[in-house]
Amino acid sequence: MSAPRVLLAKPGLDGHDRGIKVIAMALRDAGAEVIYLGLRRSIDEIVHAAVQEDVDVIGMSTLSGAHLPLSTELVEALRGEDVSIPVVVGGTIPASDISALLERGVAAVFPVGTSMPEVVDAVLALAARERIAP
Amino acid sequence: MSGDDVRTDAGVPVREVYAEGDVADGLADRLGTPGSPPYTRGPYPTMYRGRLWTMRQFAGFGSPEEANERFHFLLERGQTALSVAFDLPTQLGYDSAHPAARVEVGRVGVAIDTAEDMVDLFAGLPLDQVSVNFTINATAPIILAMYLVAAERQGVAEADLAGTLQNDILKEFLARKTFVFPPEPSLRLSCDVVEFATGRLPRFNPISITGYHAREAGCDAVQELAFTLASAIAYADALVARGLDFDSFAPRLSFHFATTMDLFEEVAKLRAARRMWFEIASARFGAKDPSSGRLRFFSGNSGTTLTAQQPLNNIIRSTIQCLGAVLGGAQSIHVMGYDEAFEIPSEEAVTLSLRTQQIVALESGVPRTVDPLGGSYYVEALTDEIERRAGAILAKIGELGGMAEALEAGLPQQWIAASAFRIEKEIADGSRPRVGVNVHADQREAVELPQLFETDASIAERQVARTAARVAGRDARACAVATEQVERAAGEGVNVMPSLIEAVRTGATLGELSDVFRRVFGEFREPRPW
Repeated sequence: MSAPRVLLAKPGLDGHDRGIKVIAMALRDAGAEVIYLGLRRSIDEIVHAAVQEDVDVIGMSTLSGAHLPLSTELVEALRGEDVSIPVVVGGTIPASDISALLERGVAAVFPVGTSMPEVVDAVLALAARERIAP
Repeated sequence: MSGDDVRTDAGVPVREVYAEGDVADGLADRLGTPGSPPYTRGPYPTMYRGRLWTMRQFAGFGSPEEANERFHFLLERGQTALSVAFDLPTQLGYDSAHPAARVEVGRVGVAIDTAEDMVDLFAGLPLDQVSVNFTINATAPIILAMYLVAAERQGVAEADLAGTLQNDILKEFLARKTFVFPPEPSLRLSCDVVEFATGRLPRFNPISITGYHAREAGCDAVQELAFTLASAIAYADALVARGLDFDSFAPRLSFHFATTMDLFEEVAKLRAARRMWFEIASARFGAKDPSSGRLRFFSGNSGTTLTAQQPLNNIIRSTIQCLGAVLGGAQSIHVMGYDEAFEIPSEEAVTLSLRTQQIVALESGVPRTVDPLGGSYYVEALTDEIERRAGAILAKIGELGGMAEALEAGLPQQWIAASAFRIEKEIADGSRPRVGVNVHADQREAVELPQLFETDASIAERQVARTAARVAGRDARACAVATEQVERAAGEGVNVMPSLIEAVRTGATLGELSDVFRRVFGEFREPRPW
């Protein structure tokens, strides 16, 4: 089976990219093919790239506090395009927002304090599930 | 901590014990006396005996009213100066009504659209009495113009304004990432500010050259020091190339370092920084005024050393970092809130940060004498070694043509990312202890904090409405004429500051003026790292 494909991006305006770059490197070390789009990407850019690159999982990171509106927009934009790629969200996310994110259709949330191996395992598990039952 | 290979956080080998023979000859010359070249022991002769450091908690959120309230709250509790956090739209040149701004207004700082907002921000805060730090970079010239108009409205003379504008755009490309325009015009705008302030704002630091954000992005203490000095050289080169005399602007250059957990390494880094800058100022720039080579700095504690697990432990971490900044001779200090891993600090957390500074200042006895670690075999050996290692990186950056060229090649960014990944792997495998995370982790401990800060969703709507009303009420013709002057200055390579001051006085918004620069200079889009 070919390597799992993961798209990573930062929507919104915040420039804190330490976390997402570390996750990109860790996923790559774990055998994934990672496409990192970079900072300040629009929701449209992310959706377009995800379809274009035929990825198994989309990971977004935000540390400005705008995780609820931004992830909702991303999930809805994917639905609007009839694309069923799971979205995972990481960043400074208070525990009280996690259930709201999951209810809106986010597949997994990685708040501050999540270890790097936890993120990698969860993303790879999601990617594997996508490949078995697309 | 067993075996022979014991190292500092930055990887400097550490002996079991240090003695006289571990410190190279000529120490007295490398130290000098406090307040005298090469300033290793401190920029001022009496240091904290003469005057304590400035306690400057970084604050700001919501609209100018909310931020103004937090400023009063901090000053009432004994803070001695202000430090303004701006929201991302303000940092990136968007008004609050811009589509890219709407979900970010007032979140990580205060929203400023017009000079009137700046007037409101400092309501009841006499600007000739309180010094203000502005963490602003790409839009720094516009924010400075608005601040000058706010001071003018208070009847405060420019010569009485004290404070610091971060205005270090190079490190935005390096780590902090709130760049807007391409590197070359960005550097020009930074230099416009320094040139304008030279002579005209004698108590104001028009730039704070910083390695802090590179450190927070993952590099080590040695790299942080080298990046900071490489940036300082790049700015000084650009200003000298404009025909400015080094001694005319260098005394007002200020610096900003992180102070993290490895106490003695941090102190050694800060001492080495002063010595190295003096050497650069004298040897490279031929400084004749000794204060041109006198490095003064602001220390920020490290947010990335704080943990979401067992968050009260962060108070202890911050105390150690505050102590490091004091032992390293900081001129002003920010202590992180213990809840910073979750949100911007609550009132309770920010009060504790201030109390941490006050306890170190008033109860620990540490400020009683200047450079109390001077002469320690370990700290002196480490200071020398960090100087040597940072000098090697500085030389490498020099070979690439300087900091701007190194950034363009992407090398420092790669070093930072590699270092961040290494640190994370060490946390994952347990070789880098984090109490409460990979050691002494108590599963029963709740992560929830008693009081978390919450952003009020209606702030953005009110801010948009207020700006719309102000734009509707301004003299549209005067504003258009003044804005055109900014475009002309930008296009013709004339210093933009005088025209910006006039434009914000007529009510031109931060977004409109940033759009002028976008038209003239274009926008920078970061290339993909891989």
